[in-house]
Amino acid sequence: MPLIEFTDRGLYCRAGGFYIDPWKAVDKAIITHAHSDHARWGSKYYLCHTQCKPLLQMRLGTNNYQTVEWEEKIFMNGIQVSLHPAGHMIGSSQIRIEYKGEVWVVSGDYKIEDDGLSGKFEPVKCNTFITESTFGLPIYNWKPQQEIFQNIQDWVARNRELGKTSVFIAYSLGKAQRLLQCLPELNLPIYVHGAIWNAHETLTGSGVQLPDVKRIDYDTPKGSYINNIIIAPPGAEGSSWMRRFFPYAVGICSGWMQVRGTVRRKNADAGFALSDHADWKGLLQAVKETEAGKVFVTHGYQAVFSRYLNEIGIEAAEVKTEYGNEEEENSIAITEQDNT
Amino acid sequence: MKQFADLVIKLGTSTKTNEKLGALSEYFSIANDKDKVWVIAIFSGRRPKRAVNSTQLWTWCNELAKLPDWLFEECYHAVGDLGETIALLLPEMTIADARPNGSSGRASHPLHYYLETLISIEKEDESVRKEFILRSWQTMTQAERFVFNKLITGNFRIGVSQNTMVNALSKTSKLESSIIAHRISGNWDPVTTNFSDLLSELAVTTDYSKPYPFYLAYAIEDEVNTLGEPNEWQAEWKWDGIRGQIIKRNHELFVWSRGEELMTEKFPEYHALKNHLPNGVVLDGEIIPYKSQSASSYGGGVEGAPLPFALLQTRIGRKNVTKKQLTEAPITFFAYDLLEYEGNDIRETLLVERRTLLEKIVKEINHPALLLSPVISFTTWAELTALRGQSRNLGSEGIMLKRKDSIYQVGRKRGDWWKWKIDPLVIDAVMIYAQKGHGRRSSLYTDYTFAVKDGDKLVGFTKAYSGLTDKEFAQVDNFVKRNSLEKFGPVRTVKPELVFEIAFEGIAASNRHKSGVALRFPRINRWRKDKTANEINTLDDLKKMLELYGK
Repeated sequence: MPLIEFTDRGLYCRAGGFYIDPWKAVDKAIITHAHSDHARWGSKYYLCHTQCKPLLQMRLGTNNYQTVEWEEKIFMNGIQVSLHPAGHMIGSSQIRIEYKGEVWVVSGDYKIEDDGLSGKFEPVKCNTFITESTFGLPIYNWKPQQEIFQNIQDWVARNRELGKTSVFIAYSLGKAQRLLQCLPELNLPIYVHGAIWNAHETLTGSGVQLPDVKRIDYDTPKGSYINNIIIAPPGAEGSSWMRRFFPYAVGICSGWMQVRGTVRRKNADAGFALSDHADWKGLLQAVKETEAGKVFVTHGYQAVFSRYLNEIGIEAAEVKTEYGNEEEENSIAITEQDNT
Repeated sequence: MKQFADLVIKLGTSTKTNEKLGALSEYFSIANDKDKVWVIAIFSGRRPKRAVNSTQLWTWCNELAKLPDWLFEECYHAVGDLGETIALLLPEMTIADARPNGSSGRASHPLHYYLETLISIEKEDESVRKEFILRSWQTMTQAERFVFNKLITGNFRIGVSQNTMVNALSKTSKLESSIIAHRISGNWDPVTTNFSDLLSELAVTTDYSKPYPFYLAYAIEDEVNTLGEPNEWQAEWKWDGIRGQIIKRNHELFVWSRGEELMTEKFPEYHALKNHLPNGVVLDGEIIPYKSQSASSYGGGVEGAPLPFALLQTRIGRKNVTKKQLTEAPITFFAYDLLEYEGNDIRETLLVERRTLLEKIVKEINHPALLLSPVISFTTWAELTALRGQSRNLGSEGIMLKRKDSIYQVGRKRGDWWKWKIDPLVIDAVMIYAQKGHGRRSSLYTDYTFAVKDGDKLVGFTKAYSGLTDKEFAQVDNFVKRNSLEKFGPVRTVKPELVFEIAFEGIAASNRHKSGVALRFPRINRWRKDKTANEINTLDDLKKMLELYGK
């Protein structure tokens, strides 16, 4: 019996009696991070990292939560469980489980570069590694965060020369907070959409240090946006909600912006390939550093990445899950709520 | 190269014509003259011949990136553009290698250096060409590599019309845009032409082959009777050929297509006109496949319908025209305007006067390679509307309306000329294959193949790429991803469920297609969410259409 089985409810550890990031309601769930495709509603018990809990509460409401710190060992039915930084967003973790000397690690979503917010990704040695593959093609090669931040700042400056407001499209959880590491240097007022405001309040309320932002309300005078900075979630893009910022330029922050066609299809004025996922080299590096004898590849380019791993001598197989792409849809729902 | 790469990025991401215009004007005000000439050449379709082909670029990139071919291919399908795929896959380290002793300056050259070197090594050994490409890649940033690869492999497709470029030039050079459009037309070589000569008056007088910019019509938007008095308008049939100009100057004959391609050699039928046409004449009309009637009956006018456009296509791509093609796909010229007469530019004289001169010339020559596109006589809009209904039987796409007192303008303009096309043919079909699009649509399934019913089988008969809104494309894309049956390389077979109305302009018999028909300008007219796959049209319906309109 493998330590983790792939079931129609999610990744299941039968011996421990728990699921990891289940997509249906279960008795016991261990959550890698608070994005909606990994943290779903309805389970009776949630185990997550301390910093993840307030975010889960914001999204899923009151539940039976238990929190742990990274590296802290707990036992569930005799299975040893510990969480390790995944570098994806605040409170995001890899899940390590060990039983009779056999170790499995579920990566959740992760990135290798230390973004200064999410904790530095920790390679965890294991026998079996379950990895994401969102950007599992060699065309995805991220530039260092600092270089992208510079491009972002230059873009805002150019927009100001043209008398335009800079509107950034960024996920409310994760990307928006990363933007706040580079935008305050410009000393301009930063206005955020309600969804980002909620995340911001939750994070600062739980002790995360973030710069000041202003919430966009119906009674915010339109003149206050001119030449300044807006951060909005993907759902706001192209909606009537955006009209109040006119004249503005839209910059989308996402790994998908690596490809010009995507930038054009989104009708964005600029695309910044700022991602919270590992790029091709990052995925390879992570897989190799686990020294795992067997790799399961989930959501993303799983067919490509597992084939490549096999070709370079790492045994790998693809696994179908229900992760990926949900975050954006979720944000659209949030936008619509805020519009009513 | 950096300036040009910046320009291409700005043009590629800006969604508004004014921004593109701004970016181009800025470029024309800062770039060096040699580079400017090349940019004009590139955006008016005068790119140098391919010094290397895409397979070579692909191979050399892979040698550096060390990736298996299948993985390269996967990347290409995700990006949808070879030049961009290569730019993304080339390893970063090559840039560092090119910085001697860690200095930060790169040895990047101006745009014209790369283009002219590419031309100069075109005939060299493959190793020489490879050396140049690799060395160039190494001195370039990712954005520069992208534009460099695009210069080698094909079109930019970044939504810059020649018109936008001409307007930008006009803004920086303070010359009228119609004058610029004329001066940059025709036969000139970016290697030997310098910027000031290109835009000078001299260019027009020394180049005998120089065509005039074409005057193009918009589709009529309102009811035809909103155009006013019928007697102020000249009506002609709208032909489905290649718009062209025949020029006779200095005892030489030149044939230009609207795409500003010199096609004289492709159409030997016209060569006889060299001896018949007077010097200093420029004719505007349609290059069209057409079997002339018996010698006694052609009399300078069009009789009977042209042959299908597909026949003309068999000749366009060929370098040399064979005797067989000349017999099977004969062409003629339907003339409808005269732009130059006795060596004078007469575009400013009125259409009626130009027409009188045109008729005089064509009738005097009386040659089967040059026919008059007839004027349709009508007195009321109702009468013309009825006549328009017969367009398809005459092998025409509808009617052109031209104000009798109109001058010959430059480019696409509203007001004096309108095209009034007939409604397209339509057929309901089900989607059976889907493939990812290119460029803007590279991550979406937007290229579809459609089928009609043949008994209980489905027969694919056309592809269509356009006609849905972005939102609809996203919905269909979603359907494809959830309902794929099989995968053949980039193509997915899809559960035959979604029904679309396909519109097209013409239909011809074809032995290259399983269905036996080839459509002209197929596109998606609308998504028939009200229909199921059982209610689509049949192969017999298509064959009936072929019978009616395909001859």
